[in-house]
Amino acid sequence: MTLHEFVQQCINGLSLGSTYALLALGLAMLFSIMGLINFAHGELLTIGGYVMWTLLHHDVSWALVVPATLLATTLAAVAMERIAFRPLRGASIETLLVTSFALAFFIQTVLQIGVSAEPEPIAHTGWSDRGYSVGPYTIGLIQIITTAVTFAVLVALVVFLRRTLLGVSIRAAAEDFAVVRLMGIPAGRVVVAAFALSGLLAGIASLLFFASAGSVSPTSGTAPVVAAFIAVVLGGLGNLAGAVVGGYVLGFADQILAAVHSSTILQFHDAVVLAILIGLLLLRPQGLVGRSRGLA
Amino acid sequence: MSAVLEAVDVSKRFGGVHALRNVSLRLREGDVVGLIGPNGSGKTTFLNCLSGVFPPSTGRIALDGRPIPRRGHAVARRGVVRTFQNIRLFGWLTALQNVEVGALGAGRARRGSSRRHALQTLAQLGIDRLADRYAGTLSYGDQRRLEIARALAAAPRFLLLDEPAAGMNEGESAELGAAVQAIRRERGCGVLVVEHDLRLIMRICDHVVVLNEGEVIASGSPGDVRTDPAVVAAYIGTDDTGNATNGGAE
Repeated sequence: MTLHEFVQQCINGLSLGSTYALLALGLAMLFSIMGLINFAHGELLTIGGYVMWTLLHHDVSWALVVPATLLATTLAAVAMERIAFRPLRGASIETLLVTSFALAFFIQTVLQIGVSAEPEPIAHTGWSDRGYSVGPYTIGLIQIITTAVTFAVLVALVVFLRRTLLGVSIRAAAEDFAVVRLMGIPAGRVVVAAFALSGLLAGIASLLFFASAGSVSPTSGTAPVVAAFIAVVLGGLGNLAGAVVGGYVLGFADQILAAVHSSTILQFHDAVVLAILIGLLLLRPQGLVGRSRGLA
Repeated sequence: MSAVLEAVDVSKRFGGVHALRNVSLRLREGDVVGLIGPNGSGKTTFLNCLSGVFPPSTGRIALDGRPIPRRGHAVARRGVVRTFQNIRLFGWLTALQNVEVGALGAGRARRGSSRRHALQTLAQLGIDRLADRYAGTLSYGDQRRLEIARALAAAPRFLLLDEPAAGMNEGESAELGAAVQAIRRERGCGVLVVEHDLRLIMRICDHVVVLNEGEVIASGSPGDVRTDPAVVAAYIGTDDTGNATNGGAE
């Protein structure tokens, strides 16, 4: 692979990396506060996809599709907390993990029975295929938008966590939940706010992901959430900057490996990605950025 | 009439271990009460019961005659706020933000008013110059002061201090004593101080309760407690004849 090809594949990996990064941000935040790795987070992505499919199928404009999708994933995340996780507050990390898997399977099954097990086409936006030439490289409009949105979201999230009282209390809870409660702050409020934020992030990822994916199925969120989990581990558990770095590293690695693999070993693509992850963690067990240096 | 935080016959068991046995204590607003005892005597366990970390196995804890709530945040909302033996600040938040979390707990939900209030509280403890420093980077003594500031921002009627002078030198300890007196004078809240620094306890407290192996072995004025034979024996042991091997608790 030449340098030119390498850079081009990195550009191509921006979209995927952004989706992983946005999902990883939501996962990292919940892990910091509750010790929960929410594997049902991928189903928020899927729910966003089905909302987009329904609305675009009925020719609703993008101006309404965007807020409706964000609202749906945010409410779905809050509902997850209320129905599945609140009764288990204080439970062990294993119990929470199994619950998140159960919740993911439940939502997938409901979608398979209620909608269809087959993928549903999402109307392609004309703009998502547009591309521009920058010197010897080609960069798609979708890559520009996803990268710009991801960085804008990251900045907004950091400002929220640093400049607002709710954000500061979420960061405090991520460090020591018990002390936050003993200062008089109800645990429920902080946890609901964190779930709502993670749902909003999943909604944004959903819009960007399905704008170019072209279809949604009940299991659309499974592979991205596993990748996002790997990104969180890769970046350093519970570290927002690490989650973003991990997301992009994984997105680039995915894209580059897909380009260089011969067709014979393409079937081992995931194994190669995971082997690289194991190698990186052997070198840096704390992750690329480091484990939990505070949320923001 | 001033408010009262009262523990009546509080016992706490962990499995077969009796950490507390029938401990009673009464703290009124405006009082400074010391709780002392050798290591492992149950002081922090008692503080954990008072602050809602866990409920007592038996006995009653009441605030103004009403039982304290079961949830920690509700106990703080009713005005019982604490510090910790092992400092538990939010290290990746600034000193100001740590205090703002306390202010938020007291219901100050607007950034402007909570910030102003937090700065005033930091100033009261003499650490307002450190407002923008990360809490984890402060010196040990300043971290202790910041913990008290954070607790004060939560608008306590009863402030529970768990070894606030631990690790402080004599000068810092004297400053802390003056700060506790000022808190009592200016805010009128009741203060319960768990401490090993007996000089500090004798200087600032109106009343002292002594725990040993989970039981109250003495209770009274600092002067009475200092010469109580049971207290002396608990601190420095007894000789073969059962007499204390030294003449005082200090």
